[in-house]
Amino acid sequence: MTMINDQSYVRTEMLGEKSPPVSNVGIIGWMKNNLFSSPLNIVLSLLSIFAIYSVLAALLPWVFGGVWYASSLTECRAILFEIHGEATKRACWGVIRERFWQLMYGFYPSDLYWRPNLALVWLFAAIAPVLFNGLPKKMLLVSVAFPFVAPWLIWGGSFWVPVMAFMGFVVGFLVHRITSKTISSLVGIILGVLAALLWWLLLSGPIAEMMESIVPLEITKVGSRQIGGFMLAILLGITGITLSFPIGIVLALGRLSNLVIVKALCVGFIEFIRGVPLITLLFVASVLLNYFLPKGTQFDIILRVMIMITFFAAAYMAEVIRGGLAALPKGQYEAADALGLDYWQAQRLIILPQALKISIPGIVSNFIGLFKDTTLVSIIALSDPLGWVKLIQGNAEWNGVIWELYGFVAFVFFLFCFGMSRYSMYLERKLQTGH
Amino acid sequence: MTTLTDPPKATFRLSMLLYDTRYRSTTIQIIVLIAFMLGAAWLLNNVRVNLALAGKDFNFGFLQQVSNFDIGQRLIEYSSTSTYGRATIIGLLNTLLIAVMGCFAATVVGVAVGILRLSPNWVISRLMAVYVEMFRNVPILLWILLIMGVLSESLPQPKDFRGENPTASMSMFDSVAVTNRGIYIPEPLFSKGLGDIPVFWNSFEISLDLMAILAVLFAGLLIGKLIKTRAMQIQAATGVLPKTGLIRLALVVIPVLLVLWILGFHLGYPALKGFNFQGGTRLGNPLLALWIALSLYTAAFIAEIVRAGIMAISKGQSEAASALGLRPNKIMNLVILPQAMRVIIPPLISQYLNLTKNSSLAVAVGYADITSTLGNTTLNQTGRELEAILLLMGCYLAISLIVSTVMNAYNERTKLRER
Repeated sequence: MTMINDQSYVRTEMLGEKSPPVSNVGIIGWMKNNLFSSPLNIVLSLLSIFAIYSVLAALLPWVFGGVWYASSLTECRAILFEIHGEATKRACWGVIRERFWQLMYGFYPSDLYWRPNLALVWLFAAIAPVLFNGLPKKMLLVSVAFPFVAPWLIWGGSFWVPVMAFMGFVVGFLVHRITSKTISSLVGIILGVLAALLWWLLLSGPIAEMMESIVPLEITKVGSRQIGGFMLAILLGITGITLSFPIGIVLALGRLSNLVIVKALCVGFIEFIRGVPLITLLFVASVLLNYFLPKGTQFDIILRVMIMITFFAAAYMAEVIRGGLAALPKGQYEAADALGLDYWQAQRLIILPQALKISIPGIVSNFIGLFKDTTLVSIIALSDPLGWVKLIQGNAEWNGVIWELYGFVAFVFFLFCFGMSRYSMYLERKLQTGH
Repeated sequence: MTTLTDPPKATFRLSMLLYDTRYRSTTIQIIVLIAFMLGAAWLLNNVRVNLALAGKDFNFGFLQQVSNFDIGQRLIEYSSTSTYGRATIIGLLNTLLIAVMGCFAATVVGVAVGILRLSPNWVISRLMAVYVEMFRNVPILLWILLIMGVLSESLPQPKDFRGENPTASMSMFDSVAVTNRGIYIPEPLFSKGLGDIPVFWNSFEISLDLMAILAVLFAGLLIGKLIKTRAMQIQAATGVLPKTGLIRLALVVIPVLLVLWILGFHLGYPALKGFNFQGGTRLGNPLLALWIALSLYTAAFIAEIVRAGIMAISKGQSEAASALGLRPNKIMNLVILPQAMRVIIPPLISQYLNLTKNSSLAVAVGYADITSTLGNTTLNQTGRELEAILLLMGCYLAISLIVSTVMNAYNERTKLRER
């Protein structure tokens, strides 16, 4: 029998933890592990720190030492010379301060700035039901009214024009409702579309004029050439993406359908548009579109650009949505069939809601791409922000200003696009229902 | 007792076209086709009427007319007495040149940035993230104009190189001149050259010297590949891999050097003569600005694609590789990248196509690509909008379709074979 007591010493309590070596904790440990863990890393870290330092050392004084109050480049240079002497480079932000509103709104009359602003606020109200859940159903009325009210706010004119445009949808829907009950749904769709087209082409104009003469509700008209700056970029981007959304869905469904002719037409359209650069489509808008329309049709240049941008965006949108449709498990399609839903019911109730949710990141990145691509309209002489940069540079007072203008425009674009991409990430997380 | 009734006789009624699913899809398609053809006919008729009103016809005869404009940046012979057709070919070659240069540079930068963004080094990964976000969120046209501005505003003028105390000097041992009119680099010259041979009915010339060098280079590479195959066979048989690296390198380098020596290869250095640099090859500012901007812009997207591709490979793969005792860069080269390539290739193709299409923005800085020669100068001089723009679109469409067909074939070959 062995006695435990034989052992001379047994530790009864644990030793306290020793603190880790200084080189492994705190800022020193972090630097050791993250910046200087291997010779290659040391070199890379030092090089990048040096690069950051040299860029910041050149940039920060230029940005923050800039002159804000000067009405021309010569005046700004004189002020800088007085303060810093020869060979000091500082920004002349005066150009931004003087031309800020033109860079934002173009030649839009300054007492009417409230109209595009109101349209923008209305836009946020219109997309609110998509972004937040738990809003009253009546908010949808704001969304429905938006496509009719916004152009009226921006271009002005008679209030009866948007009302009549809206009435076209009402007429088409009513005809569809009546005929599809009495004849058949396919005939109903065709007749409904025909009725709406007839209304817009023949009746809406005269009726709008008549109503205008009875109850005049007109606001000041603003010409398309007066719309410019970031307002034009936002206008083109938002129109392009909203109009391309329904067209894109139709194209994507057409591309995946088993109707051979429909599929061939959709594939042809999508591949054609995706195969050519946007600038050639804009050339089409500026010089060619009038050839394709009946003689004497005078189309507004912004409207023509909008049509081509919508086609362009729709082809890309179709591919994004097709990706979403393809990512959906086959069981969803089969389950919809098993429930006895017809094609449109299945698409509307089961397939599209899920497919569109999957496509949200793609749609947002499409929108960011389109928003950036709106700068191309400066090549066909529309005055978007880059067009305005050219205009300002051609001005005698600011001839020679480069970095301030480009820097400002780049900064604003960055704010918009970066913000949207971060928001899309948030939306993706919020809508995630998987595990 | 059971009675079997005959199946009802298939009688065709007109209403079946709408209600019978066997016929309905055909009905819909015929309606769509008729609507499409009506629309197309309406558009074409409008074109016919409008052209007749403008007193124009539709033919490509203008391509044979003398162009009367000059192009600075060109790969094959061209002068202002050449035809519009030749100007179009110059433009097309310039588009292909910028596309190939851009894709190459964008891939190199993009892959490097994508890998560095995943580096454990905090500073470098953040720096790369800033680079990627900066380029992705600002329009490409703005970058092109900005870089054009940097090149033409902040670089020294040729006259700064002159005089007793020049404010600027040539770099790289006096062989490269960086000026605001472009960068002058040494050009290869052959004192005992073989001359050029005209091809395609004298439409352009191919340098025999270049052909000779390429032939020797490819022969060397081919023999090297045979040796490598042989070495692999020996390894499979005996387990020992013979060292062949040096021999293969020598097979490529020595014959090429020999041919260069025979042809009397030397470099023509740029030198300041009069108001400008003479000699050497000039890379004009438009080309450089476009190249740098397109490469850096597309590289930012490629970096994200590469990063996503690497992150898509499960961690178990790299852990298994390190359990086998592979070094980190071998893990990357032998295990991660080959698998990531399958994820990376399809979006990479569309980035290449985007770069090619974005090169059409050359028109903003005056680089003579096809948009600028055909869609701008030729269109304005001849007034042939319809023909010029259709031809322009056709060229881009052809490039896009060819590139995507080739890349899709490659993609199909490297695809994971699943059972």
